[in-house]
Amino acid sequence: MLLPLLGSAVNGLVGASIRERWSKSAVNATAIGSVALSFICVCEAVREFSQLAADQIPVIHSYFTWMVAGPFRADFSLQVDQLTIVMLLVVTGVGLLVHIFSIGYMAHDPSYYRFFCYLNLFVFFMLTLVLGSNLLVTFVGWEGVGLCSYLLIGFWFLKKSATDAGKKAFITTRIGDMGFMVGILLVFATFHTVEYAGIFQTLAQNNTPVENHFGVITAICLLLFAGAIGKSAQLPLYVWLPDAMEGPTPVSALIHAATMVTAGVYIVARMNPLFARSPIAMLVVAIVGAVTAFYAATIGMAQTDIKKVLAYSTISQLGYMFLACGVGAYTAGIFHLMTHAFFKGLLFLAAGSVIHAMGGEQDMLKMGGLWKKIPVTAWTMLIATLAIAGIPPFAGFFSKDEILWAAYSGPYANKALWALAFAGALLTSFYMFRLIFLTFFGRQRYDEHHVHVHESPWIMLAPLCVLALLSTVGGWFAAPKLWDGPDYFANFLKPVFSGSTALAPQILEPAHALELYFSGFAVLAGVIGLAIAWFIYLGDPERPKRLAKSLGGLYKLVYGKYFVDEIYGALIIKPLIWGSEHILWHVVDEGMIDGTVNGAADAARAAGGQARKLQSGNARSYATWVIIGAVGFTALLLGILGMRH
Amino acid sequence: MSIPVSYYLALSGVLFGLGVVAFVFKRNIITIFMAIELMLNAVNLAFVAFSRAHSTAGHVALDGQVFVFFVIVVAAAEAAVGLAIVLALAHTRQSLNVDRVNLLKF
Repeated sequence: MLLPLLGSAVNGLVGASIRERWSKSAVNATAIGSVALSFICVCEAVREFSQLAADQIPVIHSYFTWMVAGPFRADFSLQVDQLTIVMLLVVTGVGLLVHIFSIGYMAHDPSYYRFFCYLNLFVFFMLTLVLGSNLLVTFVGWEGVGLCSYLLIGFWFLKKSATDAGKKAFITTRIGDMGFMVGILLVFATFHTVEYAGIFQTLAQNNTPVENHFGVITAICLLLFAGAIGKSAQLPLYVWLPDAMEGPTPVSALIHAATMVTAGVYIVARMNPLFARSPIAMLVVAIVGAVTAFYAATIGMAQTDIKKVLAYSTISQLGYMFLACGVGAYTAGIFHLMTHAFFKGLLFLAAGSVIHAMGGEQDMLKMGGLWKKIPVTAWTMLIATLAIAGIPPFAGFFSKDEILWAAYSGPYANKALWALAFAGALLTSFYMFRLIFLTFFGRQRYDEHHVHVHESPWIMLAPLCVLALLSTVGGWFAAPKLWDGPDYFANFLKPVFSGSTALAPQILEPAHALELYFSGFAVLAGVIGLAIAWFIYLGDPERPKRLAKSLGGLYKLVYGKYFVDEIYGALIIKPLIWGSEHILWHVVDEGMIDGTVNGAADAARAAGGQARKLQSGNARSYATWVIIGAVGFTALLLGILGMRH
Repeated sequence: MSIPVSYYLALSGVLFGLGVVAFVFKRNIITIFMAIELMLNAVNLAFVAFSRAHSTAGHVALDGQVFVFFVIVVAAAEAAVGLAIVLALAHTRQSLNVDRVNLLKF
C-alpha cells in the first residue's frame, strides 16, 4: 500500500526542512517540494483508494507498537478512509497554496527558513492528526499542531503582543486538551482500546443502545468535545483565536482558518458512532455550535481590523460545522469544513495581499477605494465573500444551505437553533460585505504619499486565483441535490457515518420543494446582509458613525467583544495570579518545598560536619579504628555463631 | 609425635598482636613498616600450620603454602612501594614521624 511511502515522505521531508537553512531558494525548494510531494502522494492515495472494495475500508497500517503498559497498548498506526481522504486533500491542498503564497509574503523576513520550518512541521502534525488510527496518535498530532500554532503566532517574538497571543492560544487550548486527554483515558477504561476501529467494533457488536441519560458515553463525548471546543475556538474558549491574528497572515490562513481549527470538527465527526449514542452530547454540540455561530458573527460586525473580522468569521463558521455535527448532519459539517477551508483560506490570503499592498496597515477604516489599485486581490476576495455569504453558485451556498436545512429538518432538528444559525448567516453576509465595502470601495481614506499601494507579485496572486476557483466550484459536488439528484459528497462520505445515521431517530423525508424554499431563504439572508451593508457603508459616509452613536451601549458592547477577555481576566486570571503568588509561591514553594529541600541539605551538612572530625589525617588513628572495627566485627561474628550452638 | 596445631596458632596470634600493637603505638614509619611485615608473617605461619593440620598420611595439603607464596610476593611488592614512599617522605620532611604526616584530612 501507499501509506508507508506517504508517511515516510512526509516525515523525511519535514525532518530535512529543519536542517535546511542555507539559502532562500533551498528553503523554498524543500518547503514547497515537501508539501507538493505529499499532496501528490495524497492524490495517488485517492486514486488507489477509489479502486478498493468497500470491505477493505478503512485501510489501517500499523508501523510499530508504540507503548504497552499492562492491558494498555497503543500502536503507531495510520488509517485511511473517506473522511481522512477529504481532510488530507484539504490539508495538503490548501497547505501547498499557502506555502506558495508565503514565498511572496515572507520574502523580506529575516527568519525566512524558520517560518517554513514551522509551517512544514505543522503540515506534518496535521497529517498525523488526520491519519492517526487511534486516539493517541491523533492526540500527538493534536498537541503538535497546537505547538506549531503557538510557535507561529509568536513568530515575531520581539513583539510582546505576539508572544502573549501565542501563550494565550497555547494555554486556552490546554484547558480543552485536558478534557480531551481525560476523554481518551475514559475511552480506554470503557472499551479497553484506543483504536477507532476497535471502539466502533465494540459499539456495534454489543449493540450498545442509545444513551438517553447521562452515562459514560455521554461523558466521553463531552470530554472529547471539550478538547474540540478549545482547538476549534468555540464558546467559551474562543478567546485565543482573534489574538492569534498576531501571527503572519499565511499562518492565519492555514492554521487558524483552513486546517488546525477544524481539527475539533474532525474529531467529532470521527467519533460519530459514539456521539450518535448520546443525544445529550449531540444537543450540547449543536447548541454550542449555533450559539457560537451567532455570537461570533455579532462581534465580527463591529471590528475594524481586517484580520479580526475574519477571525470572528472563522469562529462563527466553525460554529456552523459543529451545529451540523450536532444535528447529525456530519457530511454537511465536513462539507462546510472543506468549502470553508477554500474560501476562508482565500479570504485570509487576500487580506494578506491587501495588508501587503497597504504596507502593513490592517485597519479597514484606513483603507477604502482599493478596487482599482489591486484588482486581482479584490476580485478573488469578492468571490470568497460571495461564497461565505452563501450566494449561489459559490461553494459556501451549498454547504451552509445543507447545514441550515439539517438544523431545520434533520433527525435532531431544532427550530430554535435553526433560527440562530439563520440569523448568523444574515450577519455573516453583512459583516463580510462591510469588509469588502470598507476595504475596496468608497472614499480613499489613506494617505497616498505615505502608502504606496501596489498589487502583490504573481507568486502571491496565483494561490489566490486557485483558491477562488475552488471557492466557486468546490460546492458543486452537492449541486445535483437541488434538482433532486444525488449528493456526490454525501455519498462519498456515507460509509463513515452509516453506523450513526442508522441510530438517528427516524423522520419523514420532508418535501423537496420545502428544501428549495429554504435554500431560497438562505440566499435571501445573504442578499439582505449585502443590502444592509451596502446601505450603511456605501451611501452617506457619515451614516456608520451616526448608527454607532444611536446604538450607543449596544455598539460599545459588541465593539468591546462583550468584554469577555476582561471578564476572564477578572474572574479567572487575577485569582489565579493572586493564588500563585500568595499561596503557591510564598507558602507552598518557599515554605514547604524549599523548606524541605533546604532542610534535608542542612541536616546532611550538619551530620557531615560531625563525621568529618573522624578524618584527622593521622594514619595511626585510622589504624586504630580499623582494629576496633575488626575486633568488633569478629566479636559479633563469634556472638552469632555462639548463638547458633 | 608432632607439635599440636594450637601451639602454632598461639605463636601466630602473639606475633600478630605484637604487630598490631607496634603498628598503633610506634611513631617511626620504619618500625610501623616492620610491624606490618610481622603481621603478614604471623598470618603466613597460621596458613602453614593449618595446611599441615589438614594433611593426612596419604594426602599432603599444599593450599596454605601456596597462599603463603602469594603473600610473600605481595609483601615484597608492598615493601618496594612502601620504602619508596618512606624515602620520598624522608626527603621532603626530614623526619620519619608519621604523626607529622597528616595533611590528608578534611
